[in-house]
Amino acid sequence: MIGDDTIPALPRGVRLREDQARGGFTLMAPERVLKLDPIANEVLKRVDGTVTVAMVVDDLARTFAADRAQIDRDVKSMLQGLADKRLLDLTGND
Amino acid sequence: MTDGAAIDPPLGLLAELTHRCPLSCPYCSNPENLDRRSSELDTLTWKRVFAEAAALGVMQVHLSGGEPTARPDIVEITAHCRDVGLYTNLITSGINVAGAKLNALADAGLDHVQISFQGDISDQADHVSGMQGSHARKLELAAQVTGLGLPLTVNAVIHRGNADRVREMVQFAVDLGARRIEIAHVQYYGWALRNRDALMPTAEQVRTSAAAVDQSRTDFAGQIVIDAVVPDYYARRPKPCVGGWGRRSLNVTPAGKVLPCHAAETIPHLTFPNVRDQSLSDIWHDSDAFNAYRGTDWMAEPCQSCDRRDVDFGGCRCQALAMTGDAAATDPACQLSPFHARMIELAETAVAEVEASPLDTRYDYRRFL
Repeated sequence: MIGDDTIPALPRGVRLREDQARGGFTLMAPERVLKLDPIANEVLKRVDGTVTVAMVVDDLARTFAADRAQIDRDVKSMLQGLADKRLLDLTGND
Repeated sequence: MTDGAAIDPPLGLLAELTHRCPLSCPYCSNPENLDRRSSELDTLTWKRVFAEAAALGVMQVHLSGGEPTARPDIVEITAHCRDVGLYTNLITSGINVAGAKLNALADAGLDHVQISFQGDISDQADHVSGMQGSHARKLELAAQVTGLGLPLTVNAVIHRGNADRVREMVQFAVDLGARRIEIAHVQYYGWALRNRDALMPTAEQVRTSAAAVDQSRTDFAGQIVIDAVVPDYYARRPKPCVGGWGRRSLNVTPAGKVLPCHAAETIPHLTFPNVRDQSLSDIWHDSDAFNAYRGTDWMAEPCQSCDRRDVDFGGCRCQALAMTGDAAATDPACQLSPFHARMIELAETAVAEVEASPLDTRYDYRRFL
């Protein structure tokens, strides 16, 4: 399961792209074009394969002056969902 | 007929770069009249098509065939697709790709590799592909793909000869390190229609293969994504073919014809435009062929008043034509179609005599006619 020290990374073949034709950002993956809501985009922008989940949550809480516990739940749930679909690699979690 | 100006841009483009292929699979999705090498678009024209596709709003390009790497310019084309911002997916037989060619494609920015597998047992797989030793060569490529860290999809086409091995196919894909598998029951157009009696699974196989997909989704959760294409002939509702005619994607043939789906050319009264003559944007928005079955105005009953008309769009136009003689009719895969019983009868006839072993099945292999 995903924890504070988990380091998420987009695997090769999964990448963020701006969708100029329709607006907004998408996650491009094998046979998938996932339209990202603004929150998901803010999360994935911070996923670079070096920072931990806790660091992503801290940064989001600071940037948006929002409740850290709520963000923590939302971010972990979202990242786990992507990992379950093989769209995200998780390392450093036991 | 509808007004194409209001249509959303397509998300995907399937580029049949060539119809040449070392394999002869009897369910090939290419048309029966294959384009010859002499009629293929040149490199510059393909590059223009991909630039136009990106400008039109296409996000993903599927470099397919035939065997797309049979074209000597495949690396140049892949690099160009990345340059114009497209996500590049190689759909390959896996023959003559391993080694330096795959390395060059990966360096050019290839995003994803999809390898067709004709089974998980080599002699059965080679029997279906029509090429001795093909399975082993696919395995070699798959290992190189995952070794490079590229995402691998195993494309498993399901028919009577392998429908009992769905669970094993998923395990096989997991063992290869694939992130995704397509369990795709044969769709009966073109070559597959010619081979329908040899390919049709039994009703029992359809039930057990569906159960195997469900069980595998549980057992391999988080390890592999399973996308399943259900078999039409045993369905109660039709599939929303290609997400609806001219709604989400388009195909370009080796010779440059632009189609809403693989089989669209079987509809004789439609004239499909060519990228040599018109821009992709004009074709997508304004051509009669793409507008022919958009929206719901063209539908007859029982589709017209059906609450699922915006869900499945009446199913597949090509299948409707092939079985009813009318491309605007309800897809016979729908149980509301007056031709539905006929479709079930065809399936039952096809499986009246089942071979003792998959190796005994005789196919009419795909070839240049």
